[in-house]
Amino acid sequence: MLTQENLKKIEALKIQFPDTKSLTIPALHIAQSQYGWISEETMKEAAHVLNVPESHVIGVATFYTMFNKKPVGKYHIQVCTNVSCQLLGAEKISEYICKKLNIKVGETTADKIFTISEVECLGSCGTAPMMQVNNDYHENLTTEKIDKLLQELK
Amino acid sequence: MSDFTEKLLLPEIPNLHNIDVYEQNSGYQALRKVLEMTPDAVIDVVKKSNLKGRGGACFPTGLKWSFMPKQSSKPKYLCANGDEGEPGTFKDRQIFEFNPHLFIEGSLISAYAMGVQVIYVYIRGEYVKWINLLQKAIDDAYAKKYIGKKILGTNFSTEMYIFPGAGAYICGEESSLMNSIEGDRGYPRVKPPFPAQNGLWGCPTTINNIETLSNVPLIINRGAEWYSKIGEPKHPGTLLFGISGHVNKPGVYELPTGTLLTDIIYKYAGGVRDNKKIKAVIPGGSSTKWIRGEEIDGVRMDSEALKAYDTSIGTGGIIVMDDDTDVLKVLARLIHFYHHESCGQCTPCREGCGWMEKIIKRFIAGEGKLEDIDLLLNVANNIEGNTVCALGDAAAWPVQSVIKKFREEFEKRVRKIPIEKKYVPPPHLIVEKV
Repeated sequence: MLTQENLKKIEALKIQFPDTKSLTIPALHIAQSQYGWISEETMKEAAHVLNVPESHVIGVATFYTMFNKKPVGKYHIQVCTNVSCQLLGAEKISEYICKKLNIKVGETTADKIFTISEVECLGSCGTAPMMQVNNDYHENLTTEKIDKLLQELK
Repeated sequence: MSDFTEKLLLPEIPNLHNIDVYEQNSGYQALRKVLEMTPDAVIDVVKKSNLKGRGGACFPTGLKWSFMPKQSSKPKYLCANGDEGEPGTFKDRQIFEFNPHLFIEGSLISAYAMGVQVIYVYIRGEYVKWINLLQKAIDDAYAKKYIGKKILGTNFSTEMYIFPGAGAYICGEESSLMNSIEGDRGYPRVKPPFPAQNGLWGCPTTINNIETLSNVPLIINRGAEWYSKIGEPKHPGTLLFGISGHVNKPGVYELPTGTLLTDIIYKYAGGVRDNKKIKAVIPGGSSTKWIRGEEIDGVRMDSEALKAYDTSIGTGGIIVMDDDTDVLKVLARLIHFYHHESCGQCTPCREGCGWMEKIIKRFIAGEGKLEDIDLLLNVANNIEGNTVCALGDAAAWPVQSVIKKFREEFEKRVRKIPIEKKYVPPPHLIVEKV
């Protein structure tokens, strides 16, 4: 169940739009911040809260890649592999992290601490290669930086 | 006017993001000035300045504003587009971080000129840091009565809300962006009707890029004539050029339009890493056609000059590749992106992007056939112009240009067939476009 606080957050956004359907994406963001991912249960819950059809919320949640359709670890590592990062070794960055965590792209570590994904351009091309961990950007990556970060996060 | 060195959008003033510092540097003076003008007079000034949109299409901003109905029984909306999803583009976040009030002021002036009641700022959802920075600036502007009811004591009222996206490149397309705000999947709409008639919730709507709106206060403060003389007259002003790839000092450089591409690469971005030669340059974000390294001398970065090279200024996101780059691998990555980001609405784009990716990967694996080059071109040509929005074109253009400019890279990867035995394509595959 969404917390009272999160329900209030959704309610507070209603003033911004003439139609509650517009709250679909904001509500899913809020739900994901609570649950870490968007399950089918969550989609149904959001539909109920917004009073829109479940099929609508499912359609939206599955369209947008930021909504995790399966559980992720405590830290979701998203490595940009688009062109500017690719040119500066994004593939190696991704391989390095996978090797270090002993998982493949798209997988979560057994202790549920880390998930690694490869993603499209995150708008950080001037500081490539880069990755996003939860809400934070980590730029100009080197293996030393990754070692240090993963150590800190553990 | 290549001697114009002033930084208009990102001046080097410490703490300019702070509303007090912004005000001390003539911040919100343009808004005060505008509130004493008629809305039509404001649109006229922007028209005279010849400001062109910075999102890639270079559409004249003043003209776009004039499409909005003067009288409307329905509310009117402005969407500020900060989706910034085009690979190679990272400029709007600089404005959010270092000069957010310039953008806010520009949006308010735009809202006044068009009689807009609500401004939605659509920002890609991954930009959490920049969303928070802009929200702080908006809150400060509300507190000082620059936004909200009866702005600065006048009868002009407008609200400003940030709408975070959720990871869909297509939502940078204006009609997808509106569908996204309406709470739907980001499917582009068929045009006409155009947003100025039938936009958000069927109401008159204008969509402008963040950088475009940020230019407006400067035009109001210093005059349309002054602005129209900066850089290339047909595409005046400064641009936030984002340069990335194999250069020593990647980053965003604010320079007048018409600046030499070689100056941006060598003078500002510190040249190519390890002093290597340049193999290719993508001049304006991933959707623009490539330029070969041998061609870059004399290329000027503005909408007019780039037409001569069969490419465009796009978002000003320059990607430089050194001569050790495997251009097919880069192209494959790019097409993978378009395949992934195709919304799936139009068959040519949804299916075609996947086919193109498969064919390019065949060459990378050394499995390509000589006739596959023309097959690839044929697929690209059949996507171009046959889709609801420009994503299809954006996927086709890099493919067309790489085949045109780096055909030998494909031929080198062809399996078994010797290159000297020249392949003649069947008549139905001969396309004159490229």
